Amino acid sequence: MERCRIVFSGSGGQGVITAAILLAEAAVIEEGLNAVQTQVYGAAARGGATRSDVIVAEEEIFFPKVLQPNVLVCLTQEAYNKFYPIIRPGGMLITDPRYVKIETKVDARQRELEMFRAVMDRIGKPIVFNICMLGAVIRLTGLIRPESVMKMLERRLPPAFMDMNRQALQIGIELAEAA
Amino acid sequence: MKSNVKFVQGNEACVEGAIYAGLKFFAGYPITPSTEIAEALSARLPQVGGKFIQMEDEIASMCAIIGASLTGHKVMTATSGPGFSLKQEALGYAVMAEIPCVVVNVQRGGPSTGNPTHVAQGDVMQARWGTHGDHAIVAMTASNHQDVFAVTVEAFNIAETYRTPVVLLFDEVVGHMREKLVIPAPGEIPLVERLHTSVPGGVDYHPYLPREDGRLPMSDFGGVHRYNVTGLFHDMWGFPSDNPGVVHGLLRHLVDKIENNTYQMARYKEFCLEDADTVLVSYGSSARSALHVVRNRRARGERLGLLELQTLWPFPAAIVREKCARARSVVVVEMNTGQIMREVKAAVSDPERVFLANRIDGTLITPTDIRNILRLIQGRGV
Repeated sequence: MERCRIVFSGSGGQGVITAAILLAEAAVIEEGLNAVQTQVYGAAARGGATRSDVIVAEEEIFFPKVLQPNVLVCLTQEAYNKFYPIIRPGGMLITDPRYVKIETKVDARQRELEMFRAVMDRIGKPIVFNICMLGAVIRLTGLIRPESVMKMLERRLPPAFMDMNRQALQIGIELAEAA
Repeated sequence: MKSNVKFVQGNEACVEGAIYAGLKFFAGYPITPSTEIAEALSARLPQVGGKFIQMEDEIASMCAIIGASLTGHKVMTATSGPGFSLKQEALGYAVMAEIPCVVVNVQRGGPSTGNPTHVAQGDVMQARWGTHGDHAIVAMTASNHQDVFAVTVEAFNIAETYRTPVVLLFDEVVGHMREKLVIPAPGEIPLVERLHTSVPGGVDYHPYLPREDGRLPMSDFGGVHRYNVTGLFHDMWGFPSDNPGVVHGLLRHLVDKIENNTYQMARYKEFCLEDADTVLVSYGSSARSALHVVRNRRARGERLGLLELQTLWPFPAAIVREKCARARSVVVVEMNTGQIMREVKAAVSDPERVFLANRIDGTLITPTDIRNILRLIQGRGV
């Protein structure tokens, strides 16, 4: 596989960093790949701009930050405005039109997925928005299998929350397939 | 899925290494970017019959681990720059009284409160000379989680072997980054346990009377022997002395026990050094960027190698000299204004060929930064 560099960006509280960790953890523990996850630590808490970098590869990863992502996920306008210039030419930009209005043409495949609306329509709980986004990312990149993400979730969540998360992951996968 | 494979932060790798080594007492005061060490140990230590205590500040934390170590337990504290400054006085006490302990400093930008959430490697000299008076110290570092684990275990082993504080100088990138860690099976890494005196209760015990091999057996404080512990120069009983012979002898002992064992304590890794005409010398997270450059440039035929130092103090000058002997240029990659570069210059035969590739803005030095500096050194321009 090609080395994949992903930047997840959004607003504190959207679960952007949790999604990044889940992806990288599943890649290492369930798929036997190498992965490194870093995040920007600022004074930002809920509401502030957040960014997390993930690199997934078969070989060892040394420099752990992402300078030019193959995949850029922006879940707020602020994040999009700040990060769209760094996307690797030919890469993929994933946004949700509820939060991001794409203003500039970038040299990337642009996937505008109505993830938030689908989650609210079909589940009604915004808390799994990030898992829906993760479903779209793994479907669009083919990096890891959905079951691997579910296994990581099983370790963290009480059983009562699993159905909601499984459903959110599936919605993300379906939105990606339709895009 | 194997349960010994984890995906964790470097700070958690340090915690797991400490638990593996037999840590039983941690006292600390949370500070970014080291906080996860205290946080994780507050959960992990009770699981292994250990004690965790959050003290009122960093000074008290350092003093608490010194006391706990004397009672016979393996101890650790963790902090970052500002807290490491506060610990210096008690760190010197641990040097003088020869108390085994491990002090973690996950480095952030300084001086002062500096740049709390960003990376730097500016405390290398503070680790060496931060406490006053002539002394020797051990300081170690690592660039990935497997090595963080192994170096942490080694820190405890060295602390017990030489009865000395050992500083673990990690940095924000390694501390916060998540990557794979495989926990070794028990016994896979040998452990050094506390050397207890064979002197029975009721018989005089001399806490500072070395055995023939130079090691000082300890007696658990509060146990069967009464003895004195002081930060003053002291005799074999542990009582203060200003006798010039005693003072000279003790200071020589404190320095020699570390510096005479520089080679034994030297941990390092080398990559592609055999035919390298340019040798990068680096450590901690900077070494990841340096290794990235070596791998990429080797693939394009450039004769580049890396010497990654894991023991910074005592500085392994003889090893650096040997590994750099055939290099046309030596480039020290670090995130400060040249703290290890000075040591490398002093170690090699021709200091004029030693250069610095650094970054001091709180951002991890990138492979591009290093490549640009290499091109300048080679006279090729950026």
